[in-house]
Amino acid sequence: MSDDLLSMTAHALGAAVAAGRVRAVDAVDKSLARARELDGGDAPLNCFLTLADPAAHDEAIRMDGGHVDADAPRPLAGVPVAIKDNIATHTLPTSCGSRILHGYVSPYEATAVRLLRAAGAIVMGKANMDEFAMGSSTENSAYGPTRNPIDPSRVPGGSSGGSAAAVAAGITSIALGSETGGSVRQPAAFCGVVGVKPTYGRVSRYGLVAFASSLDQVGVFGRTVDDAALAFQVIAAHDPRDATSATAPVDDYRVGDGDLTGLVVGKPAEYFPESLDPAVRDRSERALDALRSRGATIRDVSMPHTELAIPVYYIVAPAEASSNLARFDGVRYGLRVPQPQLRDMYEATRSQGFGPEVTRRILLGTYVLSAGYYDAYYRQAQRVRSLIAADFANVFSSGVDVLFTPTTPTPAFPFGAKSDPYEMYLSDIFTVTANLAGVPAMSLPIGRVDGLPVGGQILAPHFGEAAMFRVAYALESVLGAEAHR
Amino acid sequence: MAVNEREVRRIAELARLGIEDARVPMLVDELNRILEHMDVLSKVDTGRLAPVEGMGAGAMPLRHDAGPPIPLARTREEFAPELRDGFFTVPRLATHGDPDGGMESGA
Amino acid sequence: MNPSPDTHESATDYEMVVGLEVHVQLKTSTKAFCNCSTDFGAPPNTNTCPVCLALPGALPVLNLHAVELAVRTASALRCTVHETSIFARKNYFYPDLPKGYQISQFDRPLATDGALVIGETEKHTPITVGITRVHMEEDAGKSIHDRYPDATAIDLNRAGVPLIEIVSEPDMRSSAEAGSFLRVLKQLLEYAQVSDVSMEEGSLRVDANVSARRRGETRLGTKTEVKNMNSFSGVERALEAEFARHCGMLDRGEAIVQQTMLWDGAKGEVRPARSKEDSHDYRYFPEPDLPPLVLTKDWIDEQSALLPELPAAKRERFASRYGLNAYDIDVLVADRELANYFEAVVVAHADPKTACNWVMGEVRGALNANNLDVAAFPIRPPDLARLLDMVQDGVVSRSAAKRVFAVMLATGGKPEAVARDEGLLQVSDDGQLDGWIDAAIAAHPDEWTRFRGGEKKLQGVLVGAVMKQSGGRADPRKVNQLLAERAKE
Ligand SMILES: [Mg+2]
Ligand SMILES: [Zn+2]
Repeated sequence: MSDDLLSMTAHALGAAVAAGRVRAVDAVDKSLARARELDGGDAPLNCFLTLADPAAHDEAIRMDGGHVDADAPRPLAGVPVAIKDNIATHTLPTSCGSRILHGYVSPYEATAVRLLRAAGAIVMGKANMDEFAMGSSTENSAYGPTRNPIDPSRVPGGSSGGSAAAVAAGITSIALGSETGGSVRQPAAFCGVVGVKPTYGRVSRYGLVAFASSLDQVGVFGRTVDDAALAFQVIAAHDPRDATSATAPVDDYRVGDGDLTGLVVGKPAEYFPESLDPAVRDRSERALDALRSRGATIRDVSMPHTELAIPVYYIVAPAEASSNLARFDGVRYGLRVPQPQLRDMYEATRSQGFGPEVTRRILLGTYVLSAGYYDAYYRQAQRVRSLIAADFANVFSSGVDVLFTPTTPTPAFPFGAKSDPYEMYLSDIFTVTANLAGVPAMSLPIGRVDGLPVGGQILAPHFGEAAMFRVAYALESVLGAEAHR
Repeated sequence: MAVNEREVRRIAELARLGIEDARVPMLVDELNRILEHMDVLSKVDTGRLAPVEGMGAGAMPLRHDAGPPIPLARTREEFAPELRDGFFTVPRLATHGDPDGGMESGA
Repeated sequence: MNPSPDTHESATDYEMVVGLEVHVQLKTSTKAFCNCSTDFGAPPNTNTCPVCLALPGALPVLNLHAVELAVRTASALRCTVHETSIFARKNYFYPDLPKGYQISQFDRPLATDGALVIGETEKHTPITVGITRVHMEEDAGKSIHDRYPDATAIDLNRAGVPLIEIVSEPDMRSSAEAGSFLRVLKQLLEYAQVSDVSMEEGSLRVDANVSARRRGETRLGTKTEVKNMNSFSGVERALEAEFARHCGMLDRGEAIVQQTMLWDGAKGEVRPARSKEDSHDYRYFPEPDLPPLVLTKDWIDEQSALLPELPAAKRERFASRYGLNAYDIDVLVADRELANYFEAVVVAHADPKTACNWVMGEVRGALNANNLDVAAFPIRPPDLARLLDMVQDGVVSRSAAKRVFAVMLATGGKPEAVARDEGLLQVSDDGQLDGWIDAAIAAHPDEWTRFRGGEKKLQGVLVGAVMKQSGGRADPRKVNQLLAERAKE
């Protein structure tokens, strides 16, 4: 077998394995070998915190031996997938990139992982991430940063940096990540792959370790739009174990004939500010031209509350996080730093278990919820959040089908470039809005600047993923190789 | 609005985060540089707006009052830091009104 | 008046003001937010799952039946049940609180503005206590401090069990009123069948807010919260103790500090709970894992329609339909099972007064003597009703019926068979009756002479004597008739 297996799309590989033309074990072994190779050596990518080695190999052998339920459709048969380390798997540790969960193996599995496995996918490893998904560069992992496969001196983005890098480096064709404020789309843009954030509620959060519950969604990465759509199709489902899971019917996302006639694409002025990196602006305009060439109408729109998104996000998300992370107390699982007094045990466990950014956000979140500050910060932020959501509702009710923007203001930055926390937060400026409003959004490659990938973002109304993918299919086909040049 | 060292210590206590003294001034500085950017929100007129409460489209789904419970694929012994006779254990607390607790029970 | 060191002296100058917060465990088979069993007494931490262990990534899903029971309770307390209510997180650290927060309701509770009538004044005006709110929440686990010398043991079997918290207005003015509130509430909850309502098993827990003010003062004094009472009488004693403490402080001109006090039932005293100032900064915010609870008006109405008849209604009905007196009503209604037993007897035997007399007398006597629950009482209502029918129809005499009852109680036999087998069927045959009357007259010649002379009141003595001769089998009506006839001879 050759490297062809690694360059196959998930769709093609799944079909080939299901048809018996390719052995799952060959695909998995290739994937594991490439992961070992790239995560080793002098400049390791450090995509994975754990490799399912040899478990994934054994699982593939069993699959090839037919010891699985052959009747169920398995569109991802034998397809190796990388799972972000904050998504619970009962075969591999789930550390969330944190010392506090070092070695913790979940006694149950996330719904999204269960659905991937049911579709035939083979979990080949847990991907590195910013600790508890707090970060935009994967520099906040307790287990060392992940490098950007396109330029190892730069960050892969974050927080799902390991998943994005694994797909970009050709280790897997698809991966699961998670989004709270852009943690799939931003690394997808930085690494030159496709990244999807679903409508809030479209994918179950059951088993996704909570960062900010009202913003979190499991998302997918793919090397192609179709692979991302395929993986998304598999995990999009109602789940009775998540009270915020949507019951709306799941559409067919893998349709797109490339024709966008009659489609109106909004171009929000606030996402194309004066200060935008000129090269990013140029690639974005080129993408808009591509959409026009397929019959879409581009309409200038305004979303006036966009500039408030980062302040709102950095109140709401830390507030929820401060509560969500209270369960890491050393009592039932995870790290415990023994002390004679309970209170000291709590404090020692949590201060040694959490890294600096997590500590900062817990403090910030505790503060904005505390007596005397709740109304000024948290409640006011939730009010302004409704204005941001209204911006989307207004533009989508005015005849605009989808929005197109750059995913990030700049391409991937070098390690250590953003030492000021707030400056780092600003790299999410174009992505947090979708999480605040709960709308679906995705990033796909639209070209490169000095060899670094640039991502274009498509945003759609709630449960409008089918329209979003339709535009993405068209854009990908028009740009062709230019998307990676 | 801005925080001072006393407040940072107070919220660190609330959050059960042990913070070394030397780090407190740095945290005050970091938090204030973040909070400074939040002040813009206080200028937004949100008089009649309802805050976002609960994401997602629908209302609360309700489940039937029946089992079975979600099974555990690993025993408590495999993930608990300390277990005795099936109990999780922590350093001993006074019976009531312990300084750490606030309440004897959550109710 | 001399200043007295005994604070109870000065207490007469002050009025007690009490509000109660009652936590009630709802009677569901699974927990509020997961499918784990609520069964009591399982080995530690075995009724747990990813959700109630607060494992990373697990999510709560609300139990429909818990909502049903909470809504029924709120309706029974005459609250307004809100069509939209919101769950919130109450954040604090404690080892038996696995998530680090309790899912509760805060500024948009399930129900508000109810009332509970706890009795009446001497002038028969009802004493009503306002219900501020009823909200849903989950229980914490159990911390066991005395099991190990060096460790507190945590059992999470109870973590996540559904509770409602009932908060009253500060409308009570004495410990006795607080006691009445709790007893009436307990009865209401039993009737509504929403909880096992046992303070011993922890399915009902009470915290009290108490303050003192000079009589005639309309403003409220500074209150303290008293916790850790484990019986209704404990609540009353704790309130007296805390009130006395307040009065003493007020007399000495000291300021009451708003704080939490713990009742020590063994010592009969309250002492301050040690707590840090932060312990009350719960950082409530809407629970993002749960959308708003939206109920329709129709559904709420359906739920309250499912409530069984509540004590107040039953009381009224027993008075108007059966004409029972206040004492009998109180006794019957106090025990829902007994009230149901009574009604079941009435259904089969049309005379409510007789049924009431028997239930109040023989049935309760037998229950108490044998320490039985109504449910386990061997004489079932239809059998008792047939026995009463037999008395009414003259088949057995009243005194014979009591013996039949005793045998039924002992053997579980049916009334007809017992009466027959024990030879207790009433005799109205003239020949046999004459024989017993002859014997009675022979035994009471003096009374007989006076009776014949016109002392009618002696008829009772003579009838009694005849009944005795007959072993209770003589038909008393017939005996009366025959005695009257003979007297004229
Ligand atoms: Mg409570
Ligand atoms: Zn459970």
